[in-house]
Amino acid sequence: MKFRSVFDIIGPVMIGPSSSHTAGAARIGKMARQLYGRPPQWAKVHLYGSFAKTYQGHGTDVAIVGGLLNFDTYDERIKEAFDYAKEAGMEVDFIEEEGSSDHPNTARIKLGDETGEFELVGISIGGGKAEITELNGFELRLTGESPAILVMHNDRYGAIAAVTKVLAQYEINIGHMEVARKEAGQEAMMVIETDGRIPEVAMEELKDCEHILQVVTISE
Amino acid sequence: MFKNVSELIELAETEGIPISEVMIRQEVKETDKPREEIFAEMGRNLDVMEKAVEEGLEGVESRSGLTGGDAVLLRKYMEEHESLSGNLILDVISKAVATNEVNAAMGTICATPTAGSAGCVPGVLFGLKPRLNPTRDQMIRFLFTSGAFGQVIANNASISGAAGGCQAEVGSAAGMASAAAVELAGGTPQQSAEAMAITLKNMLGLVCDPVAGLVEVPCVKRNAMGSSQAIVSADMSLAGVTSRIPCDEVIGAMFKIGQSMSPALKETGEGGLAATPTGRELAKKVFGPALGSE
Repeated sequence: MKFRSVFDIIGPVMIGPSSSHTAGAARIGKMARQLYGRPPQWAKVHLYGSFAKTYQGHGTDVAIVGGLLNFDTYDERIKEAFDYAKEAGMEVDFIEEEGSSDHPNTARIKLGDETGEFELVGISIGGGKAEITELNGFELRLTGESPAILVMHNDRYGAIAAVTKVLAQYEINIGHMEVARKEAGQEAMMVIETDGRIPEVAMEELKDCEHILQVVTISE
Repeated sequence: MFKNVSELIELAETEGIPISEVMIRQEVKETDKPREEIFAEMGRNLDVMEKAVEEGLEGVESRSGLTGGDAVLLRKYMEEHESLSGNLILDVISKAVATNEVNAAMGTICATPTAGSAGCVPGVLFGLKPRLNPTRDQMIRFLFTSGAFGQVIANNASISGAAGGCQAEVGSAAGMASAAAVELAGGTPQQSAEAMAITLKNMLGLVCDPVAGLVEVPCVKRNAMGSSQAIVSADMSLAGVTSRIPCDEVIGAMFKIGQSMSPALKETGEGGLAATPTGRELAKKVFGPALGSE
């Protein structure tokens, strides 16, 4: 049985018109904002496939900008997201890409400010669900449906064990975990989806672990 | 957990409870959440639906300009003329159209079961409200009953236009609404199932062919037609008319029809109305030549 809850049928509450092109797009933007960890000063959004062809009619653009402003999929401010972005001093560009992508509803988002840049790829897979498939050149799969943490670290012995030890200490169960690196011994990344929220003290402890460069959290 | 309509009806009949109660009890069991919390959550969905209806009746326009304002026309006609189909049907369809126009205009809606078919259930519910004067409790139960029947379709066929065509979206929504209308009017669980079967039978084969790929043309008007059929089927069932083909078998037929439907007719915007000369012309106007030229 794929559908188990009545709220899969009567719900979700969302800004129209399309669960895949609007609600899913807003989720990609919000995940990007949370992974970046702060409001970006600028964003370049490359749209592929059906996103590139129909984004204006579906409000995919305002939905992504709304997400970048940390708005939820049901936040009415999404409609005026460009005005809110301007107010927040965020410069946004949309680029329609001709080329194909693995998924018809794909967005590549580059974010930045004077301290750093960041790039990810998100796909909208239907029914308002979205996934992040690439982050700063690392391939991964992050759904944003469970609380998650993203850990950038040096590819050294014990880095992964140190992180999971902290989670165990706070009795946080791991539902899904991925590790990726570009080259052995260089910068690496962990994506950990957990069953419960990660308390602030645990986050601080994670940041203090040896070889850990950066820790960010994603939650609904 | 009920797997099909006959199990759902059996549960209601053996326990002597309405379909809505079967759904509420199952949700409690599935989620471990307290009953009050589940009821309150559905109440919030009801509030979103009511707000969308009100907003649409005041008049909205979509970003593409393809839809908006028809709910206002229907209201005006209803108030100024003696309509052919009667004011209850006019009230129902104006509220269904209002909801879908709000969806197309990037307003807030509750997907029932999808965004494109979000008008049928609230259209029927708020259209029946002046006639049946339901309590808030009964209105929330209407949504649980709709959800129970929708869940059976979702698990045995589909509620996605991309997978099953419009029969799976507006078809499902209309069927759900007719079943819930029967319960609200005091019919039996079996009569709810008959109403859904009658509605679905008339929706079989309906393709998903949105112009320019947008959730506007013909989606908005199909919600008007779906909600009016829901009322007619509910009346037929309450009159004692039954479906010769049982509801579960109709759902099975819907699944097979969806599977054999051409991909051009399943939410790709490549066939049906989307591929008509005017459909292509409108697509060009909205997006430029790229999408309309093919």
